[in-house]
Amino acid sequence: MKAYLGIDVGSVSTNVVVLDEKGEILVGLYLRTAGRPIEAIQKGLRQARESLPETVEIAGAGTTGSGRYLAGVMVGADVIKNEITAHALAASTLIPDVQTVFEIGGQDSKIIILRRGVVIDFAMNTVCAAGTGSFLDQQAARLNIPIDQFGSLALQSQKSVRIAGRCTVFAESDMIHKQQMGHPLPDIINGLCEALVRNYLNNVGKGKEILPPVVFQGGVAANVGIKAAFERALNMKIYVPEHHKIMGAIGAAYLAKEEVRRKGRTNFKGFGAAQVIYRTSSFECDGCPNTCEIVEIYESARVIGRWGGRCPRWDALPES
Amino acid sequence: MPKVTFPHVGEAHRALKMLMTDLGNEVIMPPRPSKRTLDLGVKHAPEFACFPVKILLGTYLETCPQGVELIITSGGVGPCRAGHYAQLHKKILRSLGYPVDIIVFEPPRLYPLDLLHNVRRVNPGRLSYRSIYECVRRAWRKLQALDNLEKLSHRVRPRELNRGAATRAYRKGVEWIDRAYTLKEIIDAEAAALEAMEKVPQDPQREILKVGIVGEIYVLLEPASNLEMEETLGNLGVEVERSMFLTGWTRDNTWAETVENMTVRDAALPYLPELLGGHGRDSIGNTILYAKRGFDGVIQLAPFTCIPEIVARTILPRVAKDYNIPVLTFFLDEQTGKAGMATRLEAFVDLLRYRKRQQKSPKLVVNI
Repeated sequence: MKAYLGIDVGSVSTNVVVLDEKGEILVGLYLRTAGRPIEAIQKGLRQARESLPETVEIAGAGTTGSGRYLAGVMVGADVIKNEITAHALAASTLIPDVQTVFEIGGQDSKIIILRRGVVIDFAMNTVCAAGTGSFLDQQAARLNIPIDQFGSLALQSQKSVRIAGRCTVFAESDMIHKQQMGHPLPDIINGLCEALVRNYLNNVGKGKEILPPVVFQGGVAANVGIKAAFERALNMKIYVPEHHKIMGAIGAAYLAKEEVRRKGRTNFKGFGAAQVIYRTSSFECDGCPNTCEIVEIYESARVIGRWGGRCPRWDALPES
Repeated sequence: MPKVTFPHVGEAHRALKMLMTDLGNEVIMPPRPSKRTLDLGVKHAPEFACFPVKILLGTYLETCPQGVELIITSGGVGPCRAGHYAQLHKKILRSLGYPVDIIVFEPPRLYPLDLLHNVRRVNPGRLSYRSIYECVRRAWRKLQALDNLEKLSHRVRPRELNRGAATRAYRKGVEWIDRAYTLKEIIDAEAAALEAMEKVPQDPQREILKVGIVGEIYVLLEPASNLEMEETLGNLGVEVERSMFLTGWTRDNTWAETVENMTVRDAALPYLPELLGGHGRDSIGNTILYAKRGFDGVIQLAPFTCIPEIVARTILPRVAKDYNIPVLTFFLDEQTGKAGMATRLEAFVDLLRYRKRQQKSPKLVVNI
């Protein structure tokens, strides 16, 4: 049986997906990147191989996310694509008439506007990470509440408490102020959800025409408090897909399938990548005053990828 | 000989150097802005100042230790903070112990006497006005040659067969033009550079997207300040057309406004009747002109906290809707990580490509 591998290496999570020919999910893994993307990718590959039946053959591989180039050279990806295209494709495959995609991940949040199945506009948070998953994580840790209960707690709120949402520094000091005044925790958490939604719509969603159906994906979509706050703010139903956490990887797998159909073969190196020892090193290029930090990734003793340069000087790799 | 220096703006320093040397100055060449430039600029500039101010200050701090006596720069038009930044630079540099002076060339149409006064100061060789005119003419021609070569490189890069070939031809051509001195040499070097660029092996069948670039002048003209966006786009198969070149800008602000400039202003008028300083109105007007000329998209480059571009940014979604052209804005600051920008650019290029294919065959609803 033929199947397609999709890997999404983000700042917070590394997701691995294997889809069969019909687009059914055979494997869907959500792992923490924990600052060590190589290990996370290898762990994902190992777990994927263990849970797949022997008969499955990977016919194509795609990578996305901020670590897409790293993952791409490690597994031999057929397509290395930005996460906006990957997310849009996954959402529109699931709901073909989708017109708006909200995606909130660990470090970035984006909005994608589609019309008739094609992306016509998008935006990503530019200079500030206010309202992304990392901040929610941090607040949950501060309040000693498991992150997966954060949203349901917000739903218990009776009264709304206003929290400043433009900046995480303001938000945190506002939350502490309200908590010391004696507001119950569910109200404060709900206030935070509303603040994040307000900030998202005003900042990332500024000037965008948000039309239904709206799909909400990314790690933060698991938070029912945020989903409810979006529904209240927009007065429309928000659809959270079952596999909302791994939509980027699903999109990458679809892209791989398409790419392989076009070129007729795959570059996938096999699950062996999980065993090989990868090592990275970096140096400062002395070619010009830019002094780019060039990062090299070694597979055993061989350089398989280099990046970080502003010019193509280091792009060519030594012959294998 | 008095030691002079000036900001690093694209390749323009090559023409300026020739001019200043001819007038009897010793030129301390500004280095290409690098991490060191940024570190110096960020350390000594006010935190809230915009990105160009920090790069310029950093550049001066790299050249001043070499004994610079005079810095030559240009002024700003309208209510943009850049107008007073030269004075701020002078104060900061003096407080750091560099006894420098700054000459600000304001638009001579507005301040004709200032121009004469300033020209006297950068002319220690006491050349006659006629000789000065000859020197300016050669420098101007050199600047035009550099701009022409850059424009051609924007057309060739997305079509090149071997990645990097256009950039290599460009670097070589720039050196040829740099070495030329007489008017004839400059014209010959330009011709040779343009020919070498045309000869870069290209794929005429490739599907090319056309993107217009608008925004604030410094981040537009200095590739080191915009993470070499034009080159990145070229490598993604995009032919860029920049709305601003130094020759065009100087012409608009020196003897007469060009037809192009007036058209830009007229185009922006329904959206922005006021001059708001900097290049905010140009960003809007040029976006409209690019849309009318059938471009696939527009990218706006703005320094973080730049008020004119922020105003333009809030108007552009309406322009984009009215004229049905995708617009992507980048706010640039001291960050040197290219990944975030690369992601957005790739996604934007994908968007433009699907859109174009769908316009060609409207029945297509699949987005790959």
